[in-house]
Amino acid sequence: MSSDTATSTGRAPTVFVPSSEALATVLAPGARPPRPSPLSASLTFSWRALLKIKHVPEQLFDVTAFPIIMVLMFTYLFGGALADSPRDYLQFFLPGIMVTSVVMITMYTGVGLNTDIEKGVFDRFRTLPVWRPAALVGMIVGDVLRYVLAALVILTVGLVLGFRPDGGVLGVLAGIGLLVVFSFAFSWVWTFFGLILRSEKSVMGVSMMVLFPLTFLSNVFVDPSTMPGWLQAFVKANPITHLVSSVRAAMAGTTDASAMMWITAWSAVFIVVFGSLTMYRYNRR
Amino acid sequence: MSRRTTGLAIEAEGLTRSFGETRALAGIDLQVPAGAVYGLLGPNGAGKTTAVRVLATLLRPDGGQARVFGHDVVAEADAVRARVSLTGQYASVDEDLTGTENLILLGRLLGLPKSAARQRAEQLLGAFGLTEAAGRQVKKYSGGMRRRIDIAASILNTPDLLFLDEPTTGLDPRSRNQVWEIIRAVVAHGTTVLLTTQYLDEADKLASRIAVVDHGRVIAEGTPGELKSSVGSGTVHLRLRNADQRPEAERLLQAALSVPVQLEADPVAITARVGGDGSELDASAQAARALGELSRAGIVVDDFSLGQPSLDEVFLALTDHPAVPADERDDELEAAR
Repeated sequence: MSSDTATSTGRAPTVFVPSSEALATVLAPGARPPRPSPLSASLTFSWRALLKIKHVPEQLFDVTAFPIIMVLMFTYLFGGALADSPRDYLQFFLPGIMVTSVVMITMYTGVGLNTDIEKGVFDRFRTLPVWRPAALVGMIVGDVLRYVLAALVILTVGLVLGFRPDGGVLGVLAGIGLLVVFSFAFSWVWTFFGLILRSEKSVMGVSMMVLFPLTFLSNVFVDPSTMPGWLQAFVKANPITHLVSSVRAAMAGTTDASAMMWITAWSAVFIVVFGSLTMYRYNRR
Repeated sequence: MSRRTTGLAIEAEGLTRSFGETRALAGIDLQVPAGAVYGLLGPNGAGKTTAVRVLATLLRPDGGQARVFGHDVVAEADAVRARVSLTGQYASVDEDLTGTENLILLGRLLGLPKSAARQRAEQLLGAFGLTEAAGRQVKKYSGGMRRRIDIAASILNTPDLLFLDEPTTGLDPRSRNQVWEIIRAVVAHGTTVLLTTQYLDEADKLASRIAVVDHGRVIAEGTPGELKSSVGSGTVHLRLRNADQRPEAERLLQAALSVPVQLEADPVAITARVGGDGSELDASAQAARALGELSRAGIVVDDFSLGQPSLDEVFLALTDHPAVPADERDDELEAAR
């Protein structure tokens, strides 16, 4: 990947000779534009995230193939045993597996940030006079697109397998909306770990250690009423449980007010606590 | 609005910064005048990169103070950021994006409207000889092209102060010359450049003042000429026409210069250190005298050169230790980032 690929344009590579006139033109100091607003800066950074998807489309593998595998695997693994048929199980299970898959891919936010820092491009971003959280907000907004994509992939697979939500189109959209808002908030946990941990691998390791118990010890796969008391206590406190309850309710055309309240509170806590920790680390590296 | 700046671009007093056990900066003092190239010269692990990162607001110092154009790098970091740009040692553009995309991205972040950002990107790519590569991902660029897009990104907003951290390390001679040309043009247009380098000849060619850094301290500071004369010694290399005249040449040189004379593996080559301490003549006068002695004795000299002190010699003279790249130390700093 060096000079030979760089000059493989079909024509003979021309040697660059810096021309003083051309340099003079670009070096003439112009008036400095006013600094962009926080929103505009964040959107510019999310444009960068979209460009990266365009140039490295392989990175969409984890938001397409992975969710499909999750849905198929668990629907047919548990369906017959836990409900009368995979199709019956799917009515209960689909919102849960959608939450699990999307929450699991939030960890790539941390991994991506860690890689960016390793490569040095964040050094330039950090020397720009823009609203400080913009680089991270933009990155997460770009990730939100991936969450939406994953949710839609799962929904499609579910519909093909026989998932028939009572809430209709609006209910399903509301459910996906709740999931995406929560995932945006939850991503700040991973930006923090992406900043404090040294390698991509350790970010992955920590994420899996947190995400596995969080998604499995919940109401995603089964009704918690058969679990021992201590486990039920954990499941009830688990934000994933509340998220699944509210997404399930929305897709079924109802509202679970207490679960909604809980996930609003959890989302606020993630943004305030981990958003602040992240920015503290980001400014003091 | 006048963007020309006078006075001091950087003032630093007693900057310290440690990474765990490693003291990267052990009290750096700097006074960098505006409008010229200032060189920070030192081996790997000397603290050059850490100093640049502190001055560019990327790292907080543990102690000491630094001001860039009068703004404190910690308390007024945003005011500093508005006037500086950094081209780091590692890629400071996004390698997954194309050249054009990178420059538009930065233009937008600096507040340019979309069309102006695109226009500026095209203009810069043209001036840096990257028009053909504009639509290719930066990771497919050669080393020299990568450096150029890095520098193009840094001058997008024509900063008042540009940090260039080892801009030519790892480049071939032609690419190095291109970067030098660009640096000269940047300075000619009123931007101050803080350049870190491991190469004495680079600092010599570009910088109007140099600070020699070692173990996190400035151990010498001055114009290139002042530094060289403070180090004091150069080397005279001679090649004689007849190898059998070498013993006589050796004797004459020793007598004329009263310095150690070395016989090289090549039977006609001979070298002598000149301009050392205690001599009332400078290196060239000593060399001239030596040549005169040889010519009077009928010894024909085919080739003669008076070499500059190398970075190694500067370091040996200033620190009593050679300027070997301290790779382990560099790795530690890396790990502490």
